[in-house]
Amino acid sequence: MAMKRIGVFICHCGRNIAGTVDVKRVAEEIGKREDVAFSTTYIFMCSQPGQKLIEDSIKKYNLDGVVVANCSPTLHERTMRNAAARAGLNPYRVEIANIREWAAWPHEDNPEAATRKAIRIINATIEKLKANASLEPIEVPVTRRALVIGGGVAGMQAALDLADSGIETILVEKESSIGGNMFRLSETFPTLDCPQCILTPKMNDVGGHPNIKLYTYSEVEDVEGFMGNFKVKIKKKATFVDWDKCTGCGECLRVCPVHVDSEFDLGMAKRTSIYIANEQAVPLKALIDENSCIRLQFEKKVREGKIKPKKNVKICSKCADVCEPKAIHFQNNEEIVEENVGAIIVATGYEVVPAEAFPELGGKYPDVITALQFERLLAPSGPTAGVPRRPSDGKIPDSIAFLHCVGSRDPQNGVPYCSRICCMYTIKQAMLVKHARPDIAVYDFYIDIRSNGKGYEEFYHRAKEEYGVNFIRGKVSKVYKVGDKYRVQGVDTLTGRIIEVDVDMVVLATAAKGSSTVKELAKKLRIPYDEWGWLKETHLKLKPLETPVGGVFIAGAAQFIKDITDSVSQGSGAAAKAMALLAKPELEKEPLLAKVDQEICAGCGRCKDQCAYDAISIDPVRHVAVVNEALCEGCGACSANCPTTAIQVVNFKKGQIIRAVDILAEVF
Amino acid sequence: MSEKKFDPVIVGFFCNWCTSAAADLAGTSRLHYPPNIRPIRVMCSSTVDPVYLIRALQEGADATILGGCHPGDCHYITGNYKARRRVAIVKTVLKSLGFDDTRVLLEWISGSEGPKFARVMNEYTDYIKQRGPSDFKYLDSLGGEEVE
Ligand SMILES: Cc1cc2nc3c(=O)[nH]c(=O)nc-3n(C[C@H](O)[C@H](O)[C@H](O)COP(=O)(O)OP(=O)(O)OC[C@H]3O[C@@H](n4cnc5c(N)ncnc54)[C@H](O)[C@@H]3O)c2cc1C
Ligand code: SF4
Ligand code: SF4
Ligand code: FES
Repeated sequence: MAMKRIGVFICHCGRNIAGTVDVKRVAEEIGKREDVAFSTTYIFMCSQPGQKLIEDSIKKYNLDGVVVANCSPTLHERTMRNAAARAGLNPYRVEIANIREWAAWPHEDNPEAATRKAIRIINATIEKLKANASLEPIEVPVTRRALVIGGGVAGMQAALDLADSGIETILVEKESSIGGNMFRLSETFPTLDCPQCILTPKMNDVGGHPNIKLYTYSEVEDVEGFMGNFKVKIKKKATFVDWDKCTGCGECLRVCPVHVDSEFDLGMAKRTSIYIANEQAVPLKALIDENSCIRLQFEKKVREGKIKPKKNVKICSKCADVCEPKAIHFQNNEEIVEENVGAIIVATGYEVVPAEAFPELGGKYPDVITALQFERLLAPSGPTAGVPRRPSDGKIPDSIAFLHCVGSRDPQNGVPYCSRICCMYTIKQAMLVKHARPDIAVYDFYIDIRSNGKGYEEFYHRAKEEYGVNFIRGKVSKVYKVGDKYRVQGVDTLTGRIIEVDVDMVVLATAAKGSSTVKELAKKLRIPYDEWGWLKETHLKLKPLETPVGGVFIAGAAQFIKDITDSVSQGSGAAAKAMALLAKPELEKEPLLAKVDQEICAGCGRCKDQCAYDAISIDPVRHVAVVNEALCEGCGACSANCPTTAIQVVNFKKGQIIRAVDILAEVF
Repeated sequence: MSEKKFDPVIVGFFCNWCTSAAADLAGTSRLHYPPNIRPIRVMCSSTVDPVYLIRALQEGADATILGGCHPGDCHYITGNYKARRRVAIVKTVLKSLGFDDTRVLLEWISGSEGPKFARVMNEYTDYIKQRGPSDFKYLDSLGGEEVE
């Protein structure tokens, strides 16, 4: 039954609305309607007294519907609905007419037009409201389990916090070991901790936690469902080794004759075709890289009919021969597993742009490397045992140049933003070089030093004063080879002089970007990302861990490049968000969903074809459409395609919209 | 029509997640556009039944504009592709009946594109002003009931 006793509350919003819109006239005009029992204005409807005014009026005038004409519904729809509920009016009988953003502000130059437009928007809103039904939120049960994607320091922290609070947590990592980029580092600024020392205990905690189910060398294949109830398919990639049997002894690595670039060492060292990610990997398991294994390549060619196997020829099986527990089976053991979870945290981290992307800075030469590669050369457990050596000839360099801002703060050739951590890690690397070999000359080319963290500025001064690093304020434009050396050319922006130094090695602080796998993953999760692969938060200031998809959170460098402190904090923050969600046995869902009038439904299925959520099925017996309320998101795509108007979204019914349209389309 | 300069009526259907947010942002940024635009918020561009567009034109609007998220960005995954198909059909029907199909406009305007929102509203209003009043709304007066 259409509402007959509607209350209309027009907000001045200080002078924001009332400065342009003649609110008194609006209230009078609207008050003339027969279905409006009460119409008034107030300086701030969202204030306590404003809300009280609405509550009191609902009771006093026995209102059966309310329109609040104020700002965007994104701001105060909930405030006003709650106020109505306190006065005993069903909250779905409240609608917002946005006369601030949509009338007062864009037409502040034309008060008369703004006033008339406000009246029209309110009238259209009343027409829509009149047929609103009273609704109760829908309760959906919650799966009390969580999924964390990415096993870097942020993801590990999130998983540990969740698991410690008693929530069963699935951790999916695409590499064969957890640890992420932090595990590649030499030492960490500003404390100079050794990551291997401080991270290994955390990794082992994750590996052995009774509430954590770890899937490494795995990727998320598909995500279905919604907040509280996600169904996730996880692909465990083929390892060709039985991990239940593998003890991680490493015997196989000793005999494998194939050597390729190591992913973990970013090409600064070789690994064998059967390999373990690194010595402290969690889990400590071997896997075969299909693309380089002699045997697997041979078998593949035979399968494809490219070669015919000769009899009695022994194909390499050296690893399997020495494997005592007989773990190596050469069988493709790729597998898809399914897990149900209620919340998802994405912590997929970052990547750095490779040196090759900067040919003008010598990126094509072997001794011009990225800072992340250089971390491996400085790591005590790395391929050079912490003493920097040139990749080309293994020589300890006499001099090294560090270049800041390579590709960062450079909208033309790179990314527009500051990669935020480069100043600090470059200072750290320069310091570590000096510490290991005081005789190596170090030149540090920077534009500005950005050392804005706890203890960061002090760290910078230590590098300058205690270690004698040459800081040169200037942008390098060119690096090229001169004999055995690399000539670094630039301008000293403090003195204006051209600088030229010849060094043995160049380290580029290249820009950071989101994980290259993130776009594909984000599409599966339906969460937004930007052109550089950073995941987008709901609100940069106030909701940095949330995404527009309920139940999906982000943490760590996946959101934007950040240091370890911030990554860990975000990991804990996202875990707390997920816990808050999973603490409730049931979730409330907006009841603004599709509903079928089975009397007139023809069972044609045209609605079903439109639904992106598979929420509609056709009942085989009664031959009518049925909506699964847990899956429906209320978009209304189905209703626009229904030839009989049988399926409609509650409180967005066609009659409601058409009546509103009639008001809007009316000639002045 | 009076001799006064033509002041068109344009009904705008804006999806909740992108174009409504863009309209909010345009307002917050105090970007001006003509009050001829008369907005209604819908959850998604895909919920806009062709009937809504036709109805608006019939009831007096000189044009309609449907605003949704950019392809790939619809909050409901693929709603805007469905809207694109529906709008194409409406345009074909209008054209085949001899009406001006430019009076239905589909635009992708994301929540961060306040300036684009204002620009599109300005340009489209100017365009419709040049085009003159729509003859579609006088359909009824050709035979059926009289419109007031
Ligand atoms: C050269 C260099 C030096 C640095 N030095 C310091 C320092 O001294 N101090 C400091 O505080 N910070 C330092 N940092 C920053 C530090 O590395 C980061 O803060 C930290 O690693 C971020 O952690 P994270 O977990 O968010 O991301 P990451 O460490 O990048 O971890 C992300 C994880 O997710 C996995 N992953 C990615 N995509 C997927 C997918 N689709 N599915 C499953 N898993 C996926 C990755 O394999 C990885 O394991 C340095 C960075 C660089 C580049
Ligand atoms: S499109 Fe309409 S009539 Fe056809 S099955 Fe769906 S609800 Fe029923
Ligand atoms: S409103 Fe219709 S199309 Fe949209 S999710 Fe619900 S059932 Fe599916
Ligand atoms: S939500 Fe904007 S087009 Fe679907």
